[in-house]
Amino acid sequence: MFAKIILIPATGLNNKTGSWRVKKRPKFLHQNCTGCRQCYLSCPEGCISGSKKEYNVDLDYCKGCGICANICPVNDIIMEQE
Amino acid sequence: MKEFIEGAVAIARSVANCKPAVVSAYPITPQTHIVEELASLVANGKLKAEFVNVESEHSAASCVLGASATGVRVYSSTSSQGLLLMAEVLFNAAGMRLPVVMCCVNRAVSAPINIWNDQQDIVTLRDAGLILLFAETIQEACDLHVQAFKIAEDPNIMLPCIVNIDGYILSHGYEPVEIPPQDLVDKFLPPYNPPYKLDVNNPLTLGPLVGPEWYLETRYAIQETLNNDVKKKIVEVAEEFTKLFGRKSYGLFEEYKTEDAETVFVTMGSIAGLVKEVVDELRQQNQKVGLVRIISYRPFPNEIVKILLKTKRVIVLEKCISLGSKGPLFEDVVSSLYIEASNNGNKLPVVNNYICGLGGRDVYKEELIEVYKDKETIKFIGLKKENLGSFI
Repeated sequence: MFAKIILIPATGLNNKTGSWRVKKRPKFLHQNCTGCRQCYLSCPEGCISGSKKEYNVDLDYCKGCGICANICPVNDIIMEQE
Repeated sequence: MKEFIEGAVAIARSVANCKPAVVSAYPITPQTHIVEELASLVANGKLKAEFVNVESEHSAASCVLGASATGVRVYSSTSSQGLLLMAEVLFNAAGMRLPVVMCCVNRAVSAPINIWNDQQDIVTLRDAGLILLFAETIQEACDLHVQAFKIAEDPNIMLPCIVNIDGYILSHGYEPVEIPPQDLVDKFLPPYNPPYKLDVNNPLTLGPLVGPEWYLETRYAIQETLNNDVKKKIVEVAEEFTKLFGRKSYGLFEEYKTEDAETVFVTMGSIAGLVKEVVDELRQQNQKVGLVRIISYRPFPNEIVKILLKTKRVIVLEKCISLGSKGPLFEDVVSSLYIEASNNGNKLPVVNNYICGLGGRDVYKEELIEVYKDKETIKFIGLKKENLGSFI
């Protein structure tokens, strides 16, 4: 006999933590991007996706921490008011 | 074919034939010889396993728990302080329903530090949801190890199983033993087929945080599993073992000369060998005495009450005590007797509790014969009054 406590993961569909974001959100300008992927690697929530020289953020989960804008070596990401 | 070898070595070689994939342990007297032999077999290429050296028993238990969660057969071994250091991990393994198999080489618990045999270490963990088996001889220890994997890994069971052997007596003693041969072990014990495991391709969570609305059922589930599935499986596996290996395995308990007994000893472990001699000697003097030797301590075989209710006196002999109360085995026996008798109106036998052998103190045949003639309810055998008094 077992108790039903072995859990299969769900996608967190019901819990869009982007709702916690209050101040700013990143805007990807798509002008000077060199495809270095520092934004993708640095995002603590893994919200940035894309390929080659076009990257975008998933606002369903982005917390607005600004690390991507801060780390972009060509300033192709800016933080704008929410 | 029998070999005259050390108990620990015999056990290690029997375990090696069961092909565990991961062995992790930390040395502690008197279990170390088991894992030394296993390490040696791994180093010589005779056992294809991952031998993980860790810095403590807590880590050793965690290592085998984690490995078991990935769906492989695991093994560890410990004693006394090491077992207690593993305590929270063993509760976790039971709660996560993982078939971790181990040997506990029973040794007294500090303080004061004592490396000799008693059973206090493992009985302290009797509440954890573990399957606890006790061997009387080295041969039985080997046989129970092979059976332990089969019992624990049953997909309806999935609980840790610990085979207990008396420290020094069975670990360092020598006996003519037949190591369960590889070909028969392969026939008896199929490869481990986990019903669930950690797998990146099919992710799942084992051992989550649960609130009050979930926890109670996990305990109920383990209780039902131990009292139903495990008891049945232990008996079944013992019968299969007896048939295939040609050597008697008793299942939950062994009866010795109980048929017409008016007095029955109840005990577990190697001391049963001495009790059998005492029973034989008393039988020579026409005394109607017998022995019930508990093999499965958890789940507790309350079936034995049917034998005990036919007697006038039950002598529970154990190498442990629940300080502030009574002997743990005595408590299990008495509560089972009371439940059966109060439901069916039987007359209860007198039940006496004799605590012996703590810290490895020798128990003599003459003392047990005195116990037979004695009438105390609870007593420490061989108590030395001269050691008591003020603290220096």
